[in-house]
Amino acid sequence: MRAIGIILAGGNNYRMKELSLKRAIAAMPVAGSYRSIDFTLSNMTNSHIQKVAVLTQYNAWSLNEHLSSSKWWDFGRKQGGLYVFTPSITSDNGFWYRGTADAIHQNIGFLKSSHEPYVVIATGDAVYKLDYNKVLTQHIDKQADITIVCKELPEGEDATRFGVVSVDDDGRIIDFEEKPAEANSRLVSTGIYVIRRRLLIELIEKCAAQDRYDLVNDVILKYKKSKRIYSYIMKDYWRNISTVEDYFETNMDFLNKDIRNYFFKQYPDVYSRVNDLPPAKYNPSAKVKNSLISSGCIINGTIENSILFKKAYIGNNCVIKNSIILNDVYIGDNTHIENCIVESRDTINANSTFIGEDGEIKIVIEENARYNM
Amino acid sequence: MIKKEMIAMLLAGGQGSRLGVLTAKVAKPAVAFGGKYRIIDFPLSNCINSGVDTVGVLTQYQPLRLNAHIGIGIPWDLDRNIGGVTVLPPYEKSENTDWYTGTANAIYQNLEYMESFNPDYVLILSGDHIYKMDYEVMLDYHKANNADVTIAAMPVPIEEASRFGVVVTDDENRITEFQEKPEHPKSNLASMGIYIFNWEVLRDSLIKLKDQQNCDFGKHIIPYCFDMGKRIFSYEYTGYWKDVGTLGSYWEANMELIDIVPEFNLYEEFWKIYTKSDSLPPQYIADVSDIEKSIIGEGCQIYGKVINSVISPDVTIEEGAEIVDSIIMQGAVIKAGTKINKSIIAEKVVIGENCEIGFGEMAESKLSTKIYAFDLAVIGENSVIPDNVKIGTNVAISGVTELADYPNGELASGDYIVKAGEVQ
Repeated sequence: MRAIGIILAGGNNYRMKELSLKRAIAAMPVAGSYRSIDFTLSNMTNSHIQKVAVLTQYNAWSLNEHLSSSKWWDFGRKQGGLYVFTPSITSDNGFWYRGTADAIHQNIGFLKSSHEPYVVIATGDAVYKLDYNKVLTQHIDKQADITIVCKELPEGEDATRFGVVSVDDDGRIIDFEEKPAEANSRLVSTGIYVIRRRLLIELIEKCAAQDRYDLVNDVILKYKKSKRIYSYIMKDYWRNISTVEDYFETNMDFLNKDIRNYFFKQYPDVYSRVNDLPPAKYNPSAKVKNSLISSGCIINGTIENSILFKKAYIGNNCVIKNSIILNDVYIGDNTHIENCIVESRDTINANSTFIGEDGEIKIVIEENARYNM
Repeated sequence: MIKKEMIAMLLAGGQGSRLGVLTAKVAKPAVAFGGKYRIIDFPLSNCINSGVDTVGVLTQYQPLRLNAHIGIGIPWDLDRNIGGVTVLPPYEKSENTDWYTGTANAIYQNLEYMESFNPDYVLILSGDHIYKMDYEVMLDYHKANNADVTIAAMPVPIEEASRFGVVVTDDENRITEFQEKPEHPKSNLASMGIYIFNWEVLRDSLIKLKDQQNCDFGKHIIPYCFDMGKRIFSYEYTGYWKDVGTLGSYWEANMELIDIVPEFNLYEEFWKIYTKSDSLPPQYIADVSDIEKSIIGEGCQIYGKVINSVISPDVTIEEGAEIVDSIIMQGAVIKAGTKINKSIIAEKVVIGENCEIGFGEMAESKLSTKIYAFDLAVIGENSVIPDNVKIGTNVAISGVTELADYPNGELASGDYIVKAGEVQ
């Protein structure tokens, strides 16, 4: 691959509610065994991008722990590698990342010292599979300055949360509106860009010279007329996690056989940090239906239409329905949980009831002491 | 100069012939155990958990799977700048070339490896036992006794002691007598095949006995040390220890893991067992499935019924299939409607639809009464079983079988099908 990767993973989103207290969105656990950044990291390594920078800022503890070794994604090579850049104070900069463009600018040395001609910029909060080589090939064919990977949203989904693009017959972007009041197209930007490295350096430096900091507003939108900006339409599954509902539904999508097989059984694989956990254990009273169960779980109760992350313990006579139980959760006996997301490392006392009513997903955060119940 | 206080030598070259078709293509230490592990994970994890970071693994029989599993030792944190894990196969020498002809002979051929770490003590282990043991505590004991050799031994019921090498000790646990599989054991302390030697004592004994045919620790080295008046002590171990040398004990040890609180607990935070884990997705349990008292590995897709069973990663069990009291290894596929009872199904086996396996009266094996003496149906790796066949118990199957291999669509209890050269 003739590109390096940049993953923007610094963001937070208040619509993730309490779930974002603990971690950046890029570190949100997805589909039982993964964190959301795994999808982009796996796509990069599967596209043979060997040098990847992850820009983090908000609550990066979980993310840094997750990325503490690059071997899971096969980045620990002599050529290239995985770089995690948090804001750092230098003689000529004393700021946090003031925006996505600023985050790249503060690490412009990474771009300047590389020799690969192209850069793939992606976000850490999307669940998808994509071979960036295909985007790059189209980028070169169209002689584009910037290529934006776009996705046609299904009917009924709110496009105003995204950057909405309009394209001409050739796929060239003729209009781009960031989070418009009213969307006049269903085609949205996925936040994945391909751009020539020297051009990116030039645009980012120009942007910084004008004290502007945002990649979308101050770099992409500014040049939507003067540069050749093309769309690459992604046909397959793509979802990004920006609200609790998105997060819940993205996880539940994995109970769908086609989606599950697309991610889990079709080459190439999605990689994640491997824990040394024993297999899941089902005791005699366990009853599990239509659920994803991860390693290290011990199940005594009833689980339906749910996703259990690693190392969950479910007590006797528990009923867990239509819920997501994040990793390392202990659920005491006789507990009823329905339409909930239970935060990681929680300890739920015996005989508790948590039910999300009226289609609302309830976020359960119970930090009880673990072993004195 | 490089200096390691204690290094381990792990004997992993044996076939483990009493595991029958399970070890036809793979050495016993590489046989799957407990859902996601391989037998060798237990001694390797014990080493690193005990602070022994230099391990030589002696391989000989069918080492491919073992080599691939061990690699450079990353899963056990044994990828070290100095020491770490080293796979030691037999090698060609300028004057002669020998296979490893016995346990001690194998160690003798690797004197140079041991010498390079300048050790004070050498720990000899075998790769075919399931247990958790702190070798550092054993070493402390060895030092406290000012011993030359320490042998780990465990109490067994006296009526079973005649199956083992038995040690007889004095009040201070110094060994006064050895009995190899005695008819009338004088003690119930069985040797576990785990030894700590003072380096010089080991080196000198190996050199002295280098011309001994099939030089073996239990038969030659230990008796030699004893005759030379060395201080040999017994280290009594009372925790969980399981020799998984026969199909029956292998099956039992697996089944013990599914007890509600198993005696050998893999879920403890302390003393973790490490293994090479693939990056696999979580397992999917369908709404038509039914699972009871089982452990199931990651990446499995379960649509059928699973009761009292140990299922390795990446296994598919289709709708209507029923697995009872069985061990299913990695990557196997059990198709719809097939019923499996008390069976061991090895890696990547594909079993057709509507089969019945492991049912019927026990019958004496026509293949080997020594190996196949249990109420278990055993199917070797990469085997294929066609649709609609009935297979009895105490059978062995290996290779790609077709309906024509089963007269009247049946394989009676005690019978076998072993196809040569078919396994890829």
